[in-house]
Amino acid sequence: MLANYGYTDGSGDYFITVDTDHCVECADRPCVPACPAAVLEIIEDDYGDEVCAVVEAHRKQIKYSCAPCKPATGWTTLPCTEACPHGALTHSW
Amino acid sequence: MTVEFWRWKEYNWHDPEIDPRDAEVLSSGVDVGSVSSQAVVMADGKLFAFSNMRTGSDSPESANKAMTWALEDTDLSLDDIDFTVGTGYGRVNVPFAGKAITEIACHARGANFLYGPSVRTVLDMGGQDCKAIHCDEKGKVTAFLMNDKCAAGTGRGMEVMADLLSVPIEEVGEMSLDVEEEPPPVSSTCVVFAKSEASALLRQGWPKNRVLAAYCSAMAHRVTSLLERIGVEKEFAITGGIAKNPGVVKRLEEELGVEGLKTEADTQIAGAVGAALFARALHLKAKKA
Repeated sequence: MLANYGYTDGSGDYFITVDTDHCVECADRPCVPACPAAVLEIIEDDYGDEVCAVVEAHRKQIKYSCAPCKPATGWTTLPCTEACPHGALTHSW
Repeated sequence: MTVEFWRWKEYNWHDPEIDPRDAEVLSSGVDVGSVSSQAVVMADGKLFAFSNMRTGSDSPESANKAMTWALEDTDLSLDDIDFTVGTGYGRVNVPFAGKAITEIACHARGANFLYGPSVRTVLDMGGQDCKAIHCDEKGKVTAFLMNDKCAAGTGRGMEVMADLLSVPIEEVGEMSLDVEEEPPPVSSTCVVFAKSEASALLRQGWPKNRVLAAYCSAMAHRVTSLLERIGVEKEFAITGGIAKNPGVVKRLEEELGVEGLKTEADTQIAGAVGAALFARALHLKAKKA
């Protein structure tokens, strides 16, 4: 399942996508501690799989929650997507 | 007396052809949404009874009221229900639910039941948000996207517009289609801005049908952007209250170039139907264990 968390506002699209089919294979979940803003958590989804998700409180503000990892210039990688061994995490912006 | 033009019809229904006492499993689903609440009772996976009403300020009370109303005149009581699943905004506040499941999973499963297993894309146009969902032939979600930052392009926005223009909410869609030429859409990013724009258009002498056309068009355009983000796979179905508004549905179909499936059932109960189907499956699973 492709779970898209985020929103669109007047300034653009801000979505974090979790490919849960790949995420569920991961044993260590390094993405959660890798995020300095604690945006990610492990939940049990509606079908009983333990997968990564964006914390409810961050879903309507991820543009701002993720901003420290995305300065105006000079960034090429993100701690969360780098940490994910299955390439299951992507950002839309 | 003040006329509330936004007020849609609240009602309950049960199938007199079904004897629920013959059923092996009686399951129910309660969808406590931001604007409306529905309770559905299923007898062995068949739709037996439901209610559809406005959500009050107290979620547990809304869930209780919806369930009591669905069971009215059925000779059943809450104790007869084997398992209940809560869904929607207030899903964790359904006092008698054995489990809470997101409205995304429930709408996919409910659409699969109401429209058939060919549904691959579900657009739930709810009271305060819209969700684009992809599902498989069993109604299991394969992708989803929700846009709940703002109530623009949702049922509540349409209610605001109905009240502003003094047009009963059930007539908004048809009236919006009664225009010779499609006007440019109003602001689609905010209900408050859209209301201000609509007021300004009325002052400029625009007739009500033209203003409604501009708003329905804006709503369709906004939802199209949401759907395009995950893509539209056939067959396509709409659930939620806005599915009853032909002014939005027709414009949306034109923008997408895809015709939506039709159903005789109330599209507002899709989430509760999905929840009741989950409840049945959970009860059977527990029984087996």
